[in-house]
Amino acid sequence: MNWISNYVRPKINSLFSRREVPENLWSKCGECGTMLFHRELSDNLNVCPNCEHHMSFKPRDRFKALFDDGLFFEVEVSDPTVDPLKFKDQKKYTDRLKTTTKVVGEKEAMLIAEGEIMRTPVIGACQDFSFMGGSMGMYVGNAIIAAAKRAIKLKRPLVLFSAAGGARMQEGILSLMQMPRTTVAVEMLREARLPYIVVLTHPTTGGVTASYAMLGDVHIAEPNALICFAGPRVIEQTIREKLPEGFQRAEYLLDHGMLDRVVHRKNIREELVSIIRMLTKQPRAIKADIAGPIDQKKQDQPVE
Amino acid sequence: MTNYLEFEKPLAEMYSKAEELRSLARDDKDLNVDDEIRSLEIKADKLLKSLYGNLTAWRKCQVARHPDRPHCKDYIENLFEEYIPLAGDRNFADDHAVMGGLARFGEHSLIVIGHEKGSDTKSRIERNFGMARPEGYRKAIRLMDLAHRFNLPVLTLVDTPGAYPGKGAEERGQSEAIARSTQKCLKIGVPLISVIIGEGGSGGAVAFATANKVAMLEHSIYSVISPEGCASILWKDSEKMREAAEALKLTAQDLKKLGVCDIIIPEPIGGAQRFKNEVIQAVGVTINEMLLEFKGLDSNTLIRDRREKYLSVGQKSFVA
Ligand SMILES: [Zn+2]
Repeated sequence: MNWISNYVRPKINSLFSRREVPENLWSKCGECGTMLFHRELSDNLNVCPNCEHHMSFKPRDRFKALFDDGLFFEVEVSDPTVDPLKFKDQKKYTDRLKTTTKVVGEKEAMLIAEGEIMRTPVIGACQDFSFMGGSMGMYVGNAIIAAAKRAIKLKRPLVLFSAAGGARMQEGILSLMQMPRTTVAVEMLREARLPYIVVLTHPTTGGVTASYAMLGDVHIAEPNALICFAGPRVIEQTIREKLPEGFQRAEYLLDHGMLDRVVHRKNIREELVSIIRMLTKQPRAIKADIAGPIDQKKQDQPVE
Repeated sequence: MTNYLEFEKPLAEMYSKAEELRSLARDDKDLNVDDEIRSLEIKADKLLKSLYGNLTAWRKCQVARHPDRPHCKDYIENLFEEYIPLAGDRNFADDHAVMGGLARFGEHSLIVIGHEKGSDTKSRIERNFGMARPEGYRKAIRLMDLAHRFNLPVLTLVDTPGAYPGKGAEERGQSEAIARSTQKCLKIGVPLISVIIGEGGSGGAVAFATANKVAMLEHSIYSVISPEGCASILWKDSEKMREAAEALKLTAQDLKKLGVCDIIIPEPIGGAQRFKNEVIQAVGVTINEMLLEFKGLDSNTLIRDRREKYLSVGQKSFVA
């Protein structure tokens, strides 16, 4: 019997995949153009085996790969007022939301979970770039506050994976207000002396970078992730010159002192565990007795 | 010389016609144009009233950005008996887009921090059109720390199109600087009051305006993105800024309903650009009221109230 079976409760989500992805799907690497078999890609944590490009990683898949045995519990997030501005551009915001929810198969742009990484309990927060560019609106704000509160209640560190184009314009000023709101959440974690680790993934820009994504105790980024406030196109238009190669990419930010580490996706679990366990004075994790998520899948282990 | 906005053109024509008549009358003593001038002026007054009584969101954006509006520097020069500018972020540079220093306001000593857009070509370039670089936010952080240590209230005057989208600004950690400035706003144990005097542009505004109380001038704006930027992204047409301005709910009146703005400071008919002194004095009165409201409150209460305010913004149901 697996140790995690003690945890089996109805809210275990990863066991019931919401969308069945057809196995014969091919996708193209945005960086090198290689056609990749879906299964091959997901086995490789959505990293292109040819050029190591880190493709976007859906929160549920990310958590499945992150947490021991792919098990996690979803943390409830309170629902904000929907469409507070009654916003309409060429399309109604409510219609946009409906379509996106349907296509993406998720309620909103952030998922909060509790689980263990190499038996190190954490709260995880992961932003979903496929949901309206991961944009930060009231729901994302509520999610981060819920994550911080849950972390404080359980005395666990918070690990947040950021991915967003910025604030959700359709919520106007109330999306902007998520900058101070999420900063309050970070403050609460700091006061509780709980580690807050940010993993910046491609892309993290705008108001998200200028609030909770840049306020971590430790900043890790995935290779080549675009991380900025103003995007490269806006800057090129403003200064009317071409930007240097690699500008605003993770390695560039590392060189300019904004990040602690640039870490390949396959190594993030172990990095997180080392950092968290040293920060919280826990003994070193023994890896030998727990198989990684990929191995688990191959074993096709039964579920109790 | 008055700078007329596009929608004020008919007004400009009336005034110039009246002026023409006056000069004709000066040349020809027998010519009586008094009645005609008076009727023109009455007509112009009426038009001004109707224009300013019912400004659309986009027109408010134009008024908020009007070059003749009183800027941070004007408030500092006119409201304070003493002002000692304090410069630099102690790291890299002094950002001239951000003014800041010690000020004496009536019985209060305080720290003032604000965006300054500049008033002519030379000063606009020097001030980078009010677009701060990381050094500006870091200077603000330093000044807020100073205020905290000496228990002085902080007043911020917000007037910026937004953070500067430049290469150096990004290299030196613009995002981090804005995030830390917002964090500092939430942390200091002294009253933090903010007045949006013109344009409150996205993150650059939040970094200063995360305050216990936010007052806005009647025709000022505060927005997540400029209407032009929003139009080009969501409408794929930057000419749709009128629609975007309307949809974004960025006027002081909308923001009061949304619970982001606490106080609206009225502007005389015709806007702050026509009545600089009156508006500066009105802002002074509101600053004084806000300072008195928070006087004597202990630091824990101030920090807690500020946090609660931002945690609860947008949480209650409302109709925009
Ligand atoms: Zn590739």
